[in-house]
Amino acid sequence: MSAPENAAAPDNAAAPETPATAAAATAAATAAPTAVEVTAVDKVFETRGGQVHALEGIDLTVAAGEFVSLIGPSGCGKSTLMRLIADLDAPTAGAITVFGKTPAQARLDQEYGIAFQQAGLLPWRTVAANVALPLELHGAASADRKAKVEQLLDMVGLADFADRYPDQLSGGMQQRVAIARSLAEQPRLLLMDEPFGALDEMTREKMQSDLVRISAETGAAVVFVTHSIPEAVFLSDRVVVMSPRPGRIREIVPMRLGSAAGSAVGVAQATTVPSTGGAARAARTDGLREDRSFFEMVTAVREALHGAPVTTGARGVETR
Amino acid sequence: MMSPRTETTLRIVAPIAVGAIVLGAWQFLVSVVGVSDYLLPSPASIVEELIASWDSIVSATIITGTNALIGLIVGSLLGIALAALAARWRVVDQMSAPVIASLAVVPIVALAPVLNSMFGADSQFGRQAIAAIASFVPVFVNTLRGFRQTTPVHRELMRAYAATPGQVLRTLTLPTARPFILTGIRIASSLAVISALVAEYFGGPRGGLGSLISTSAASSAYARAWAYVVASIALGLLFYLVTLALERLVLRTRTTAGITRTITSSTSSTGTSSTTSTTVSH
Repeated sequence: MSAPENAAAPDNAAAPETPATAAAATAAATAAPTAVEVTAVDKVFETRGGQVHALEGIDLTVAAGEFVSLIGPSGCGKSTLMRLIADLDAPTAGAITVFGKTPAQARLDQEYGIAFQQAGLLPWRTVAANVALPLELHGAASADRKAKVEQLLDMVGLADFADRYPDQLSGGMQQRVAIARSLAEQPRLLLMDEPFGALDEMTREKMQSDLVRISAETGAAVVFVTHSIPEAVFLSDRVVVMSPRPGRIREIVPMRLGSAAGSAVGVAQATTVPSTGGAARAARTDGLREDRSFFEMVTAVREALHGAPVTTGARGVETR
Repeated sequence: MMSPRTETTLRIVAPIAVGAIVLGAWQFLVSVVGVSDYLLPSPASIVEELIASWDSIVSATIITGTNALIGLIVGSLLGIALAALAARWRVVDQMSAPVIASLAVVPIVALAPVLNSMFGADSQFGRQAIAAIASFVPVFVNTLRGFRQTTPVHRELMRAYAATPGQVLRTLTLPTARPFILTGIRIASSLAVISALVAEYFGGPRGGLGSLISTSAASSAYARAWAYVVASIALGLLFYLVTLALERLVLRTRTTAGITRTITSSTSSTGTSSTTSTTVSH
């Protein structure tokens, strides 16, 4: 009985669970300010119809705690890029490091949490057992597991559904379980491949607000694949706009939104969070969706996506 | 529309009514129309024999049932183990495919005398081996199918978690295959009983249901032969119902719509193979 209480106490203080992880996080924040570093990466798929250049000359750096969206039309390689970072695939040329390690080592060390377009829950496990899966696989003690799962389900607002099975939940709830599962081991990096792609617009906006809050709370860096411009704008610190065949980065658009835009980096926050994003993102609410700066950013991303030679970038700066 | 209760009642009452009508017509043919008791013993005389030779029927059922059970267990274990290997290494799958195909069509009629003389006239081993061979095929086929049902998203999740092969088997592959394995065992259960029984016709120790049916028929005790047939049907049903209950019990925790659907589809697809082997074993 005492174990959950003990575990619950530090949660309220929004501090890491154990001294070990706390030390690791501090070390990471000082020693490895970049979460992901992609250098001159090419990816070529050999298919029956010949070679397909999925990615060409990709250079991208994601700072610790930064939220970066990858956006582009189908076939631009955005999912492939995320899969390379996750070590679900290997690049043909170039190098990727995740917290200074190879992707394979980062995967073995469980440096990232991952969520796919499909929730991918195991149908024979309850919601709680699904969230506990990574903890179970990596040998967490059962009492810790229970406390952690409770806290995670609380975070995604599904505490009352712990004993349900996935088929008893709506698509949005299943996706929330999948996100809770991806956060189970407090990863410093979250990889998300269109996790809200299959959801209706209402659920989607709710999930986006939840994700903004959660990513700010956990301080994790996020690489978020999407094909929705408003989604990318609402969530991200930077939006990476990609073009297809071969997949290239066309432009990286930094997001400046709402009152938090630009200067709003809290001085106190700057010392704890290496990236300015966490603090700024925490302030994002649904109201922002109707803010003028939001529409300007949507326009900026759209024009980058369509390659229109308009002076939106300058206009965006002026308005602010 | 029928209320659920009416529907349930109907589902129980309808087959009983059909059975009663058939038995009634049968009795009518024998005792009123006058079909010779020699050709077709009446249900009443079969029941009489059933009561009269109850002890020998019970002991015969136990002998045949034990052979079928041992065969079913051994065959199922081998089927699951080999399917696991075939799912893991494609080479094993390709190497075993022709062997499995041969096993699926092996005529028990041909194999029984050979095995009986191989293991001696006083050994039940030959019969158990035949039941095991008959059980092996549906379990193997279904299990292999089940092992291949894991979805890419689950496999990638396991890879992202850096799960060991043993962990993948325990947390993903086996639970995914579970409904398929149980369906295979359920199909195998009937086959095991049929093969154990048929194998008794071809020598080996006496005392099982199969050998008693043939002895009774040979000595023109047709009513008694029919009583043993009734016992064989009961034994087969017992095996089927127990495995069905096992299936329900294991899947009870979560009979999702998805799982139920896969069971149904796998039953219908493996139905062909089971019919084939049943025909062969007769």
